[in-house]
Amino acid sequence: MQITSPAFKENARTALADPQLQKALVHVRSGFIDKRVKAMDALPEFDALRDSARAIKDHTLTHLDLYLERYEEKVREAGGVVHWAETADDARSVVLEICRAAGARTVTKGKSMITEEIGLNDFLEKEGVRPVETDLGEYIIQLRGEHPSHIIAPAVHVTRDQVEADFRREHDHLRPDRDLSEPEALLGEARRVLRAEYFSADVGITGANFLVAETGSSVIVTNEGNGDLTQILPRVHVVIASIEKVVPTLEDMSQILRLLARSATGQDMSVYTTVSTGPRRPDDPDGPEEYHVILLDNGRSSMLGTEFQDMLRCIRCGACMNHCPVYHAVGGHAYGWVYPGPMGAVLTPSLAGIDKSGHLPNASTFCGRCEAVCPMHIPLPKMMRHWREREFARGLNPATQRYGLRAWALFARHPRLYRLATSLALPALSFFTARRPRFRYLPLAGGWTRNRDLPAPPSRTFMQQWREREAEKQGAHA
Amino acid sequence: MSGREGIIGKVRTALGAKAGDAARTRAVHERLLAAPQGVIPARGQLPHAKQVRLFCMMAEKVSASVQRVKKPDSVPRAVAAYLRAKNLPSAVRMGSDERLAAMPWHTMKSLEVKTGAADPEDEVGVSHALAGIAETGTVALYSGPRNPTTVNFLPEHHIVVVDAKDIAGDMETVLASLRQTFGKGKMPRTLNLITGPSRSADIEQTLLVGAHGPRALHLIVVDGG
Amino acid sequence: MSDEIRKPPRVGLFVTCLVDLFRPSVGFASVKLLEDAGCNVEVPMAQTCCGQPAYNSGDRDDTVAIARNTIEAFEEFDYVVAPSGSCAGMLKKHYPALFKGDAHWETRAAAFAARVHELMSFLVDVLGMEKVDAVHEGTVTYHDSCAGLRELGIAGQPRRLLSSVSGLEMREMRDADVCCGFGGTFCVKYPDISNRIVEEKTSNIKASGAETLLAGDLGCLMNMAGKLQRQGMDVKVRHVAEVLAGMGDTPAIGKGNR
Repeated sequence: MQITSPAFKENARTALADPQLQKALVHVRSGFIDKRVKAMDALPEFDALRDSARAIKDHTLTHLDLYLERYEEKVREAGGVVHWAETADDARSVVLEICRAAGARTVTKGKSMITEEIGLNDFLEKEGVRPVETDLGEYIIQLRGEHPSHIIAPAVHVTRDQVEADFRREHDHLRPDRDLSEPEALLGEARRVLRAEYFSADVGITGANFLVAETGSSVIVTNEGNGDLTQILPRVHVVIASIEKVVPTLEDMSQILRLLARSATGQDMSVYTTVSTGPRRPDDPDGPEEYHVILLDNGRSSMLGTEFQDMLRCIRCGACMNHCPVYHAVGGHAYGWVYPGPMGAVLTPSLAGIDKSGHLPNASTFCGRCEAVCPMHIPLPKMMRHWREREFARGLNPATQRYGLRAWALFARHPRLYRLATSLALPALSFFTARRPRFRYLPLAGGWTRNRDLPAPPSRTFMQQWREREAEKQGAHA
Repeated sequence: MSGREGIIGKVRTALGAKAGDAARTRAVHERLLAAPQGVIPARGQLPHAKQVRLFCMMAEKVSASVQRVKKPDSVPRAVAAYLRAKNLPSAVRMGSDERLAAMPWHTMKSLEVKTGAADPEDEVGVSHALAGIAETGTVALYSGPRNPTTVNFLPEHHIVVVDAKDIAGDMETVLASLRQTFGKGKMPRTLNLITGPSRSADIEQTLLVGAHGPRALHLIVVDGG
Repeated sequence: MSDEIRKPPRVGLFVTCLVDLFRPSVGFASVKLLEDAGCNVEVPMAQTCCGQPAYNSGDRDDTVAIARNTIEAFEEFDYVVAPSGSCAGMLKKHYPALFKGDAHWETRAAAFAARVHELMSFLVDVLGMEKVDAVHEGTVTYHDSCAGLRELGIAGQPRRLLSSVSGLEMREMRDADVCCGFGGTFCVKYPDISNRIVEEKTSNIKASGAETLLAGDLGCLMNMAGKLQRQGMDVKVRHVAEVLAGMGDTPAIGKGNR
């Protein structure tokens, strides 16, 4: 996927000026936050489960090589095939080989961020294989030629009116008098169109929420049931998952499942949790004849053992973006790559390079709400700060910022100099205010005064006034 | 195989680990063997009768409909009544599950019972669950000729029969019984944990029941199973 | 119980750079609250800023130098108190992490951090203050500043003290715990986004119907006051300490200074 993160500021401005998008973004705030709190409050063990889940992931990550080996062995025992892909390119090639071997013209897809990360749809189309997204949200944005703007609600940036217009444009069979004014009608239409696709597909591709080392299973968690139809109807099922998805046992999966849906949508459990192990068994009347797993690294191994390792605990629930004031303001596309919001601000520099995504870890107020709601206790603001440190060390931030900061730091490091400078600065500032109580414009403070007034400072600092007060007190005592 | 060695090698280097490190191997082996349960919420840890009630309540909370019957013989009548109430054709699809097969379907004269995997024309599927999970109102089903997976997803109405004695407090109990059945480290091809009928909130976060899977999930809990 | 009269605690006030430069009355209100509670308050002249502008810009070297200065300047006090959740959070939560691996300074930073408190938390959690002797006629709403709320758990303490102010009526706003969009350098680096966030905040403030907006961090207060005034809204903005100290009759933020 083309990265537009370097243009984050322009993207954000466009997003802020887009009335349709702003209307749609209201649903992020209304649709997730209260539901999550309700689900969490109904489970007194929620915080204990967070600690438990963190420990599971930390243990797994520090033994990742061994769990991956064990996982592969168990997949093979169950009759499946494991493919290892170091890069997005490798993963795409494996998918294409499997499609070619299956003679596939159409592939259905369950919702998967990892296939977005490797840009699978564009690639398959170029190679003459037609990918069909089956999750309702993913289907909508595929019709629109867009990418997901949210990791669990891919079309959250789209309004109902826009969906209706998209369906009318793309579905030739729709008669103009067909009433599509209710969301139910739109869902029914998508269901009907996609039913046919499941049966025509030769290959079904899904992601995975977990890989279980104990049993060689892949696990998907969905609400619509499209992921299941995608994997049981075509002859070949391909799972694409990144290496950090592995957990040791089914019990570990169960611990994390208790956090996942609650944090994501406020459900106790998603509707369908499906644990798949290998292809159809000899006496099975249904299910895929081939079962492939593509294990993707694509930069994750380079996060291990660094200050960014904790990010690999992420279970992609989306709670961080659901609670992020910056995400609420600009939506997911402004971030310019696959993963938006706070988790994207940490992950994108790791996977796509800090030179291209420097804005993302900077575009945060460090309000800490993301960390507070993260079910896996990922210290997102701390890791964004680590990226800022790496940028600073490499001299990647703008020169004006660096010089300004160094000049300020020179004073802040030297208290006497600082006292002198501040006591001189205030009278100078009062010159600009001309006794007004606040500024509407101040040179060098345009970033502030463009949108808000700045209170005029007093003519003397607190420190000056305090010293006088103390001196008076001493005088009085003398 | 180069991808494999490349990834495993990078992971080991990043972790500062050596291949064949006995302590690490043992740690992993023991973890897999012990399969510790972690935190089990108190919600489902109840006397069995209360677990059954909690199961029914939680399932209804997620928009499933629940009906309790006294004995397996009552199930066909309950199914027929459901079909009539919903104005559905008098036909159901099911697998070869012995518990279902032993029920007196022939007494429902006009009811057609088709066995085998589901096809797109089936409007109603009937399955027998491996278990119910009280904590979340979830039913657990696994693939095979007895209860084909397509029956869970293709029909618009999915009727699941659950024996009350198979209702457990938590998922961990169900996972343990699966291990008993299939052996440690082994699984059926597909384990479906189903919590309510299919749904979507992808259009303006409006919750709609009935997406790609069944629009309705009807649970028949058999008390004297 | 000892018959000895307990020595009043010696408190070093960490003024914060914004209070020093923009709103000295917050410093004096803090001193009054602390002195009324029986503390001996001193203000070390060797303090400057907590270092967050450098820290949050990835400039670790300067941050460490500033942190050392601050720790040294306050080492002799029983307590270090700041009228800001953000600065107190920096001193208490982030300083120790800065010195990881430097055994000497790590110990000093940890000992320092243990003595640091945000003003409201100090008054209520440490000194056990339950009420203040102050009057404020009118309705107020309270914004939970992020660092104070999420790093230091400050939410109930200011509300509890405010409930004891005679004449004061609290009108909670919607999403009081959501960021105001200030974020230190964020608000000048990403002014458009910051503006959108603060607009959301001011509309919630307006909807609360309160005459006065209170919070515990001057950065957030200046941001919200600046936006309210640019929008022409007639809501007075003050630091919570000013009201609790009975100094709510001074000109509000952006309305003049003494």
